[in-house]
Amino acid sequence: MSENILEIKDLTLGVTERDGSMAVAVDHISFEVRAGEILGIVGESGCGKSLTVMSLMGLLREDVKALEGQILFQGEDLLAVSEERRREINGKDMSIIYQEPMTSLNPLMRIERQVAEPLRLHGSYSREELHQKALALLTEVGIQDPEACLRAYPHQLSGGMRQRVMIAMATICSPRILLADEPTTALDVTTQAHVLDLLKRINREYGTAILFISHDLGVINRICDRVLVMYAGKIVEAGTNRDILDAPCHEYTRGLIRSIPTRDRKGKELPSIPGRVPSVEDPKEPCPFAPRCRRAMEICHREAPACTRIDQDHIACCHLC
Amino acid sequence: MKYFLRKTLVLVLTIFSISLLTFFAFHIIPGDPASLILGTNATEEQVAALQEQLGTNRPLSEQYISWITGFVRGDFGSSIRYRMPVSELLKGRLPVTLSLGLIALVMILAAGIPLGILAARWRGKPGEKILNILTMLGISVPNFFLCILIMWIFGLILHLFTPGDYVSYTRSLPRFLQSLFWPALSIAIPQTAILVKYIRTAMLEELGEDYVRTARGKGAGETWILYGHVLKNAIVAVVPLIGMILASVLSGSIIIEQVYGIPGMGKLLIGAVTSRDFPLTQTLVIYITVIIVVTNFLVDIVIQVIDPRIRLSGRS
Amino acid sequence: MKDGRKELRIGLVLTGIVLALTILSIFYTPYHYNQMDKAARFLAPSLRHLFGTDSYGRDIFSRTIYGGRYTLLVAVSTVASCTVIASVLGLISGYVGGIVDEIIMRIIDAISSFPDLLIALIVVTVLNLGQLTIVAALCITFVPSFTRIVRTATLQYKSAEFVKNLRVFGVSDLRILLVHIFPNTFPLLLSTIVIGLSNAILAEAAMSYLGLGIQPPIPSWGRMLQEAQTIVYTAPWAAICPGAMIVVTIAGLNWIGEGLRKLYL
Repeated sequence: MSENILEIKDLTLGVTERDGSMAVAVDHISFEVRAGEILGIVGESGCGKSLTVMSLMGLLREDVKALEGQILFQGEDLLAVSEERRREINGKDMSIIYQEPMTSLNPLMRIERQVAEPLRLHGSYSREELHQKALALLTEVGIQDPEACLRAYPHQLSGGMRQRVMIAMATICSPRILLADEPTTALDVTTQAHVLDLLKRINREYGTAILFISHDLGVINRICDRVLVMYAGKIVEAGTNRDILDAPCHEYTRGLIRSIPTRDRKGKELPSIPGRVPSVEDPKEPCPFAPRCRRAMEICHREAPACTRIDQDHIACCHLC
Repeated sequence: MKYFLRKTLVLVLTIFSISLLTFFAFHIIPGDPASLILGTNATEEQVAALQEQLGTNRPLSEQYISWITGFVRGDFGSSIRYRMPVSELLKGRLPVTLSLGLIALVMILAAGIPLGILAARWRGKPGEKILNILTMLGISVPNFFLCILIMWIFGLILHLFTPGDYVSYTRSLPRFLQSLFWPALSIAIPQTAILVKYIRTAMLEELGEDYVRTARGKGAGETWILYGHVLKNAIVAVVPLIGMILASVLSGSIIIEQVYGIPGMGKLLIGAVTSRDFPLTQTLVIYITVIIVVTNFLVDIVIQVIDPRIRLSGRS
Repeated sequence: MKDGRKELRIGLVLTGIVLALTILSIFYTPYHYNQMDKAARFLAPSLRHLFGTDSYGRDIFSRTIYGGRYTLLVAVSTVASCTVIASVLGLISGYVGGIVDEIIMRIIDAISSFPDLLIALIVVTVLNLGQLTIVAALCITFVPSFTRIVRTATLQYKSAEFVKNLRVFGVSDLRILLVHIFPNTFPLLLSTIVIGLSNAILAEAAMSYLGLGIQPPIPSWGRMLQEAQTIVYTAPWAAICPGAMIVVTIAGLNWIGEGLRKLYL
């Protein structure tokens, strides 16, 4: 369990502003994804989660650049590899599912071709083999009538089915790691639960590591082994699921936990964190959360907090921890 | 099926309104058409005779009904200028114009699609600028000017063909098609430029879609994405424009037949307009417009077949 | 936002050249546009005759820049009258809605199923040739597309919150329409007008080329091309000069239109 599939070191991403300057959107973050684990990244929208995931896949928009750092995939720096090598890895060793399964599928292509596409890109199979594999995968992800689904076009499927198709597509080459960018956000609660169970099963049965991104700490807690809390392009707290849930130290993490709806809070107003996530062009504070923090002290506006290790896996970057 | 029926109904209504509009355009005009046709120095007997011939002394609705029933039966009335039935005049000319249009359309598609793909492939490269300027030139050059340039350069200087040398399809089909090559080229070039622009825009739009990102995530390279994913979707987006392109091609052939002296419907039409031959003009206008409307109808049907989103939901 | 500036600039330079030459022709042309000279037939371009002479020894350059004003005048008056008609139709159609909208739009649909050239030919046949006929002919061909644009914009603003508020305050329909909705259609109309101008110039040239546009002795570009066609072997410059002028004008306007569209939409 201790082998690291992915090691991110000092990753820094810059976004090109309208005036041509670079604004730092992800600021020197380091973390690792261990073999077979489910690692969650949680944070409000605009905190750099998606950019981080996209940079791992090499799918950054043209206006976003990796300025610094390394992405080590089984020892190989993905920021330095050739485009050909990158294509070899994508879809085969590392794949991704997105928030919007409707637009993420080609509207004019039958599901069969789309699901089998990674196989065709990464190997040579006969038409029959492709069909059988796609069929097996769709059955695997729990689609009721897989033959009919293979013949269908995306718009004929329900949201939940589309996301299952996406998962089948992403796992058909048995990747070492699956990146999931808010895969359940666009789904209703029941479907959301099914998809989470499915991801968990894939993780347990095949040992596929999953990097799971969500703005919803509730969802993250249901599925992840470890959690990173991101705020304004920085990791502010990291730990096991238990660490984060039972002993959150950073005030931002506490705010996120307070805003999870639970049974005993039924009927009460859900507390939310006041203020908003600073955008990349806003002036930088030493501690980015200080302006919204209810426990902020004078030092917080003066000095950047160091990151302290609280427990074996539990780290928090706050003057109070 | 419901879609097909609805489209057919719209087609019939459109053709009906075309006939109505054309008819009334030629009949609700200030003054009497007969005296207008004959001019100011015609005698009263001449005017009366022509009125009788045109039937303009009867009420409008009656005129329309007798005209439209004749039209459906293939009786388009008589040409004033040629003093013979319009149907006779049309007989030999329809194939000429249709061939010219069809050759031009094939040229447009054969050149426009690959060039459009190239333009999309070259985005952000120096080649893109050159192609952009060429497309803009192509869109801006009037086909009759292009025609003169082609006659001058390829005909008179390079001697690749003799301008005005037209061979009827009844004499030799290959030589007929050959003689239509250069005229068709003059029609095709500006329309090709327009198609290139549309395809490029459609492809760039598709390249920005989420499913392209998905394909990249699977490890697909540029070529795979372009030909495996984007091309089909871009073409589906461009197919609706074929009807519009055909309309421009037929308008183009009206002018180009004039330049090259090709005896098609266009040449007949311009002759009819200049000699104020109402029945002939009216028939030709309806003929050409109906060809376009029917093509648009067929294009709609084709889109329905190739685009599963419309095919299965049954609505546009 | 930076996109479109470059196209706009190229377009303005090109149309600027044409406009400058046309304005110049009002005050000065090297020769009178109709001055014939038997001794100077088919002269190649030289310093005395910048773009050579035609079969009558007339100076091509003078004729070309002189002819510009009529082509431009026809295009501008076509687009102007068309904008007025289409604005009225589009505003009424979009704002009143219901049966009125239905009738107007069905007629518009019927008209637009004809190719533009055919509509122009019908109008010319019916109204007889005259200097104004061409304006009417081209105007009708452009009314459908212009009307649709104004109507779409009107519909969009009709349901906007601020218009609903105005109605609550008892502002009259006419005032809402003219003061509050109409100006909002301008950005959309602007690029349509520019593209409309380029189409009008192209259409006028085609009609004049067919002998159905501006009548002689006025040297419009289309007519000059028709005259040059028969002598293209001996005097290619007689065709190239007016032809190039058309291409520059159309390309210039298209570039402006494209730039405006990228900037405002």
